[in-house]
Amino acid sequence: MSETTAARRVLHTEAATMRFGGVTAVNNLNVEVFEGEIVALIGPNGAGKTTAFNLITGVYTPTEGKVFFAPGRSGEAPQAETEITGKKADAITRMGMARTFQNIRLFKTQTVFENILIGQHLHIKSGLFSAVLGIGHKEEKAMRERADELLQLLGLDHVRNEPCASLPYGLQRKLEIARALATNPTLLLLDEPAAGMNPQETVELTDFIRDIRSRFSLSVLMIEHHMDLVMDISDRIYVLDFGQTIAAGTPAEIQNNPRVIEAYLGVDADA
Amino acid sequence: MKKSLSLPRILTIACLVLLAVMVQLISMGALPFIDNYMIRVLNLCAVYAILGLSMNLVNGFTGMFSLGQAGFMAVGAYVTALFAMTPEVKERVFYLEPIEEWLGAIHMPFIVALLLGGLAAAVLSFFIGFPVLRLKGDYLAIATLGFAEIIRIIFLNLQTITNGAMGVKNIPPTADIRWCFAVLTLMVVFMLRLINSSYGRAFKAIRDDEIAAEAMGINLFKHKMMSFILSSFIAGIGGGLMASVVSAITPNLFRFTLAYDILLIVVLGGQGSITGTVVSAFVITAAKEWLRWLDAGFSLGPITVPEIAGLRMVIFSVLLMVIILFYRQGFFGSREFSWEGLFNIFRPKKKGDKKEAA
Repeated sequence: MSETTAARRVLHTEAATMRFGGVTAVNNLNVEVFEGEIVALIGPNGAGKTTAFNLITGVYTPTEGKVFFAPGRSGEAPQAETEITGKKADAITRMGMARTFQNIRLFKTQTVFENILIGQHLHIKSGLFSAVLGIGHKEEKAMRERADELLQLLGLDHVRNEPCASLPYGLQRKLEIARALATNPTLLLLDEPAAGMNPQETVELTDFIRDIRSRFSLSVLMIEHHMDLVMDISDRIYVLDFGQTIAAGTPAEIQNNPRVIEAYLGVDADA
Repeated sequence: MKKSLSLPRILTIACLVLLAVMVQLISMGALPFIDNYMIRVLNLCAVYAILGLSMNLVNGFTGMFSLGQAGFMAVGAYVTALFAMTPEVKERVFYLEPIEEWLGAIHMPFIVALLLGGLAAAVLSFFIGFPVLRLKGDYLAIATLGFAEIIRIIFLNLQTITNGAMGVKNIPPTADIRWCFAVLTLMVVFMLRLINSSYGRAFKAIRDDEIAAEAMGINLFKHKMMSFILSSFIAGIGGGLMASVVSAITPNLFRFTLAYDILLIVVLGGQGSITGTVVSAFVITAAKEWLRWLDAGFSLGPITVPEIAGLRMVIFSVLLMVIILFYRQGFFGSREFSWEGLFNIFRPKKKGDKKEAA
């Protein structure tokens, strides 16, 4: 599936390091994501994968190193890479990077539809008062139409008016991805999208991610533990262990890398 | 979508017209069973409903635990009062130390004074918001409470502007029942529109999950500030109305206990419900008056309860505890009144099943 045609780099980190007191959660991380790629970040528990995500998305500012991102919206002409180190999470999302969370973080008191609408708020042009006084009703209407479109596209329209907390787990995951897509990103970061899913759901998710990648012309960076999913879908893989990048390469390369096998299974394992 | 359901619209308009007629009749004194005392209570109900809405916007809809309402009310009340009073009255009221000359000379129509009161509170909240809105939870509550106290203490000591501890008397009683209910209606409509706008959804997103809201590109500080300023504006308007309704204000009227009175209304009504706030403001404010007999001492069969000032407040404290322990959602939770919902109650459960479950 790797169709890297003179690929343009969408994201890269330059020796990004995150220390919490004496603990180095992520050390010297150099991740690159090229346009249209699906890149996976794997590693045992506590390897620093989610910290790496938080560095990239602006939740944390790296202690050392830099993060670069080529901003843009899906379907628009791409822009040159700019440094986003130290920018706030909301500003980075507005530049065109969206994420999901390991422990689903939906807006629990809202319906499915409203969750999608909130995902579009960042693009609002009407000011507070024109939105309240109804001067911006055209924009509101457009937002609602787009939300409905998105729900239909992703097969969530049958639960449109359900409170999102009442959805089954798999759909909640899907809704979180849909909400991230509502921000109209070029780069989507998925934090363990298949966590808690059964094999059947995982297979469906694999197709789903591929589907949205081409439909929304996305690049995807994801953290995942399900190796079937990772090996099946990824163009490239980075392996983290204790904050260090121990391997990087295509799925085939990673599968046969002795250091990876060691990190995952302990020494003396036969692959 | 809403336009096709014309029946609820008609009913809403009919109710508003009915309310307007009732208010007009009351203000003309055409309803003999409603005396001045009851009108005063109704006015206070409306004012407290406005204040409740103000607090609910920040606490219930945006999820920030702010207790600064009393301070912003004080600003609204004083600005409205001092701008709406005539120079002659002001001269008489400020007999200990004369009022500042520029302030003494100002006189403007009540509506302008009221708006300026709201604006003054809003502007002040903007400056207070900068340091305070970086805090969360209990810390925010303590900081806002502190600022409200600071405002009160400043007002207590600005003898030539606020008349200090003696307060301001003879405030023109312009805000009659028509005023109170008109402003309340405006505020309810404003809140409904706000909450159902994209910004309102962003507020609720922040309440539900700040981290996710930020990841959705919502600028937390900006939106919290918006909510805080709007809330303070409404509190200022409520304070201005209150000044006119009670006709005399002192800094001690705006003690932090006032914030608790409003908090009680918001919590009982349901945080995040406009309907709940309005209903509970009327119920609680009216009940506070009706339960006055408790303070005067009474006998229950063989037991005679002596006169205890403030006994009725005990009832509310107990009520608050019970609500918080057993019924945290309040009367309405975060639900709103809708005609559809009302019909569903009376309809045999067929179509309504799904909604009931939700």
